[in-house]
Amino acid sequence: MAFAVLITSPEPMLSSQQVLDTYFLEARRDLLEIAALLDRYDVAVEREGSPEGDEAKLEILHRALAHLADTEAPSGERTKALLELFSEI
Amino acid sequence: MQIIQPHYHAIARTTQDYERMAMSGVTAVCEPAFWAGYDRRYPETFIDYFVQISEFEPTRAAQYGIRHYCWVALNPKEAEDPELTKDVLSAMPEFLEKPTCLGVGETGLHKSTKNEIDALQAHVELAMKHDQLVLIHTPHLSDKAHGTKTVLEVLEGLDVDRNRIWIDHVEEQTVKSVLDAGYWAGMTLYPVTKCSPRRAIDILEKYGTERLLVNSSADWGPSDPFTLQECILEYRLRGHTTQEAIEVFHNNPCRFLGQNPKWDIEPIRIETEATA
Repeated sequence: MAFAVLITSPEPMLSSQQVLDTYFLEARRDLLEIAALLDRYDVAVEREGSPEGDEAKLEILHRALAHLADTEAPSGERTKALLELFSEI
Repeated sequence: MQIIQPHYHAIARTTQDYERMAMSGVTAVCEPAFWAGYDRRYPETFIDYFVQISEFEPTRAAQYGIRHYCWVALNPKEAEDPELTKDVLSAMPEFLEKPTCLGVGETGLHKSTKNEIDALQAHVELAMKHDQLVLIHTPHLSDKAHGTKTVLEVLEGLDVDRNRIWIDHVEEQTVKSVLDAGYWAGMTLYPVTKCSPRRAIDILEKYGTERLLVNSSADWGPSDPFTLQECILEYRLRGHTTQEAIEVFHNNPCRFLGQNPKWDIEPIRIETEATA
């Protein structure tokens, strides 16, 4: 059987600027969703008078956000670190 | 549940949208004039576009039992040519007389330039002169807060009936100023760049349902008309009743749009029949 040969030119990897430009809006959306979740939680707590259950998930979220905000965090290991963090609950 | 889609750019969508919307409860859509993805150069291009949304689209929607209404305007992105703005504005009164045209929109601001501000002012003045409703677009992303403030400042200087003006695409940082000033506010659901269904429900829960509209604004960009249904589902899952959902997603559009006598869809109230 003969095969057609598909010749492709190698695509250049994304530059650091392209990474930011390509994914910024999606990251913005995802951060807004997290902010909205935290606001929603505060409103619910205020309505109830005090937190109804344990706040372990909230604490994990805060730790995850702190890790992302840490500019000294190991490069290229952030996703792995968060998955390890989320495995605690 | 019967749903009204208050902001929907049908000409950028396939007929399959209408079929699916009809299957999911949408009974009416409203199509504001939009940007074509490039800046149109001739007033005649706008005139043909206005014909399309005021005459052709109602027939396409009717195949699926959906009522189609439109709005006419020059898009803020195209307001940098004052001559074009003037010519398009002079062609609009003919279309305001069309049986399915609800008013002037979407006018508004994009980068909040002087030409855009002049065009917005001229659109609003034309609407008031012809006793029309107005739909105002507010800018995207980082321009939103400044642009919305500028829209409010422009309107402040004009003799307008605030209850007949809908300022669209509000988000958490702009909704309060629009509602406090007495206008209707619209939340537009987009997958990435505007409000999300969950955030829209948060806003409804925080500010109440009075003078708030929710729409999907589906167009030729990344957008999805069914984010509206996603929003309704989220609203119901949070414990709001069917009647409360009808108030937001059907009756509020009727209350605002019904200020134009061409809109004859009445608000709905669910009643339970008493058993003997």
